[in-house]
Amino acid sequence: MSNKLKRSARKTLQTFINILPIVLGMLLLTSLVVKAFPAQVANGLFGQNNFLDALLGATFGGITAGHPLVSYVFGGELLASGVSLFAVTALIVSWVTVGVVQLPAEALILGKSFAIYRNLMSYLFAIAIAFLTVFSLQLLSLFH
Amino acid sequence: MKNKPKETTKSGKNAKGGWIFLAIVLLIYGVTALLDMDLAMQAIASFIHLFDKVWPVLLIVFILIFMINLFLEPVWVKKYLGRRSGLTGWLAAMVGGMLSTGPVYPWYALLSDLREQGMKTSLAAVFLYSRAIKLPLLPLLVHYFGLTYTMILVGYLVVFSIISGLVMEKIEEVHKDSN
Repeated sequence: MSNKLKRSARKTLQTFINILPIVLGMLLLTSLVVKAFPAQVANGLFGQNNFLDALLGATFGGITAGHPLVSYVFGGELLASGVSLFAVTALIVSWVTVGVVQLPAEALILGKSFAIYRNLMSYLFAIAIAFLTVFSLQLLSLFH
Repeated sequence: MKNKPKETTKSGKNAKGGWIFLAIVLLIYGVTALLDMDLAMQAIASFIHLFDKVWPVLLIVFILIFMINLFLEPVWVKKYLGRRSGLTGWLAAMVGGMLSTGPVYPWYALLSDLREQGMKTSLAAVFLYSRAIKLPLLPLLVHYFGLTYTMILVGYLVVFSIISGLVMEKIEEVHKDSN
């Protein structure tokens, strides 16, 4: 048991040493991206058509990093200011599922092809979910 | 025995890559400071605030990793999250993703560790996708978008987390076949 304890501690320490610079780097990069692209920049971009809105929403959510809580508040504010639900849904879904900023870390830890394919797929899924959600809501409203 | 040198190389490469990445980010900060000192200072203040939130999660994750290294046998991982894990593995990955809190970076390390012990790629994808369902934040989502919208969105996120796992599994199979 003592040997196993030592082995586990050594393995965990090695993982910690490997992950520490990536975590610090990602937090620094996230902070810079969030500060460089404030919320007002996004407001003027939306409102052309549904597909473009979803595309922009997914793109914006994918490149923006931060706590999901921020995406709900931000999405809610965008919706209140007249941005379509297609854009807002794509944004809040891709905010958590797509991570352009986190991509280098994901590629380093989980593998390059896994990270690229997963993020690309999640980006397309965010657009699909936006359309499915809004259409489902519209369909439900027909029965009410 | 055959795999040992490969593992050591991979781990060393990852460790080196991480430090190079941090150096590049610091360089970006240096350039930003030269162009816009105020923005760089704001970003550093935001980093300190973020790090303050992240370190307790990091601590929990590394305790989890230590426990996994100590108690989890590769046989167990192979059984519940491995190639023949079946429905239990999918369910475990989905619930795990929903319950995982904090930034995603520490969880990459946990998934990497689990994959080394035999976790399926598809389940890693399911775990990461189902992180989109934040159970403690659902009241906020309901507040902004309504209960019907929240229920529909969560339903689609569950369905698409499974699809993401299936697609990643297929991609892995195609890659294996072509190699």
